[in-house]
Amino acid sequence: MSQSDWDKNAVTQVIDSLKDKPGAMLPILHGIQDTLGYIPKGSVPLIASALNVSRAEVHGVITFYHYFRESPPGKHTIHVCRAESCQSMNGFELEVHAKAKLGIDYHETTQDGNFSLEPVYCLGNCGCSPAVSIDGEVYGRVTPERFDEILDEVRAQA
Amino acid sequence: MSIKVYVPRDSSALSLGAEKTAKAIVAEAGKRGLDINLVRNGSRGLFWLEPLVEVETDNGRVAYGPVKPKDVDGLFDAGFLEGCSHCLSLGLTEEIEYLKKQERLTNARVGITDPVSLEDYLSHDGYRGLQNALKLTPAEIVKQMTDSGLRGRGGAAFPTGIKWNTVLNAQGDQKYIVCNADEGDSGTFSDRMIMEDDPFVLIEGMTIAGLAVGATKGYIYLRVEYPHAHKNLNTAIASAEKSGYLGADICGSGKAFELEVRLGAGAYVCGEETSLLESLEGKRGLVRYKPPLPAIKGLFGKPTVINNVISLASVPIILDKGGEYYKNFGMGRSRGTLPIQLAGNIKHPGLIEKAFGITLRELLYDYGGGSASGRPIKAVQVGGPLGAFVPESQFDTPLDYEAFAANWAVLGHGGVVVFDDTVNMAKMARYAMEFCAIESCGKCTPCRIGSTRGVEVLDKIINNQDRARNIALLRDLSDVMLNSSLCALGGMTPFPVLSALNHFPGDFGGVAAAEK
Repeated sequence: MSQSDWDKNAVTQVIDSLKDKPGAMLPILHGIQDTLGYIPKGSVPLIASALNVSRAEVHGVITFYHYFRESPPGKHTIHVCRAESCQSMNGFELEVHAKAKLGIDYHETTQDGNFSLEPVYCLGNCGCSPAVSIDGEVYGRVTPERFDEILDEVRAQA
Repeated sequence: MSIKVYVPRDSSALSLGAEKTAKAIVAEAGKRGLDINLVRNGSRGLFWLEPLVEVETDNGRVAYGPVKPKDVDGLFDAGFLEGCSHCLSLGLTEEIEYLKKQERLTNARVGITDPVSLEDYLSHDGYRGLQNALKLTPAEIVKQMTDSGLRGRGGAAFPTGIKWNTVLNAQGDQKYIVCNADEGDSGTFSDRMIMEDDPFVLIEGMTIAGLAVGATKGYIYLRVEYPHAHKNLNTAIASAEKSGYLGADICGSGKAFELEVRLGAGAYVCGEETSLLESLEGKRGLVRYKPPLPAIKGLFGKPTVINNVISLASVPIILDKGGEYYKNFGMGRSRGTLPIQLAGNIKHPGLIEKAFGITLRELLYDYGGGSASGRPIKAVQVGGPLGAFVPESQFDTPLDYEAFAANWAVLGHGGVVVFDDTVNMAKMARYAMEFCAIESCGKCTPCRIGSTRGVEVLDKIINNQDRARNIALLRDLSDVMLNSSLCALGGMTPFPVLSALNHFPGDFGGVAAAEK
């Protein structure tokens, strides 16, 4: 889905259902991203108007948080942990391998639109380092070989 | 009668294939026409044995692990449903040394019960703390907390009773209980395990906090990286509401407390309490100036108790058994127990809840069994990305807030990340600065600019450019960050940086680094 043809009705529905909560901004942003996979730039004025804040404030919040994205992700999002525990178990090699295998850097999506790659700083799976998560599911003790197997599994699920 | 078989649903167990193991067991039992009752419990926290499968027998629960789907057929053949021996047998779970030597107070039920079963929670001493609290006045509840000696387990170690007392005495038409569940420190997972594996204990703790200070509304600010915790918390909250443990009339007392989970969005700094409050209010997570303290002017400007998950999850046992009981564990001014998270390059990683006073050496070798790689342990980082690197010469330090402070180190949230001798400490120091630069909220200059300059200076040191001068500059920069940052992110990044430099000068070019 490109930036121009996002589903305005879905965004409006999310905003209407959450705008009366105290501190509604983050719940709304999560709601939109859960529904569309990202937060379209065009939804910013709608959020601003519903919450009675400026567009600059909405933009400021979206860009402050690493998790929110303003462009559509790939079909699957892979988070590779970069934090210390994973580093102590060859996490750096895994990062290098993941980038090479997918042919992309962090914050990019593969040409076929299948995978987006993001860094993450701790998945709370430090007893089973190194860790990655794919679409929210965590995998532990991930060697480069196991990374390739997991990718094949995820592709097969599709 | 069907036989109870336990396969964990904790995300670390799932990350090692517990779901496939569970499915294989159910399928195999079906094929053989055997009647089993599969319970998806939490994890015992012995991660090198996950997926750890348990079977209930007349003698107690018998453990097998790690169980892969390919082992399942053989387990049935060996008669594991009767607790028979197999090459993956671990004996009675309670007798496993790693577990047996622990003092599990906060994590008493973790790994034992079905996390989202209120019935299971109640039959394992759940809600006894709340029942006691309902008979006490707010001041009496706070006194139990003060007597327990509990200090904030998030890392700052501020006495919980004093914090609660401030909120109790603060004036406000609305007060809040906020749980800091933004467990961002690398090497820590005890909050996650409580929320995934025993969510009711956190709910009970927050309810008691509400009664103690007169707050009727609570928020759990949960990091978005914990989807399983999110699901289990929401299921448990719904179940507690349905049974009258949350809502307008808690257990018929006429007192109200409601609870809501809010998700963070991947900002480490939102683990800082004032940044967290800004985020809950729907803003950028910029750190606030203190005073005013959150206890006086917190969420939406109202008096707010903000505590870490482990602090709040320790409340039920304190109210159940009394502050004195809890205080009898520990040493010095560090009272009670600490859930230690042993992680990184270690043979036996896991959750170890022990009274304060255990040494790092006991943890690393008696529990941990040495490094996973088999190489010598060079350093451990205690207390997350803002914690100091501790060298071998300090491994006999007892886990105690003051003893660690005397070594210019911190206990923080109890995470212990182990590194073998292949680690380069100059690179770890650089990473600490890089992490600070990525996660800085940007409000104060020492953190925002200092971290970026820190990465640059460390690059020069690593590349052997004018080392002596650049090391002097790094010390100067660390001094500024340490003393003039607004919060612990900028203010404590020098802990890993300078401890790496001071304890491991060889990785920074030797002689030059040693000159302080």
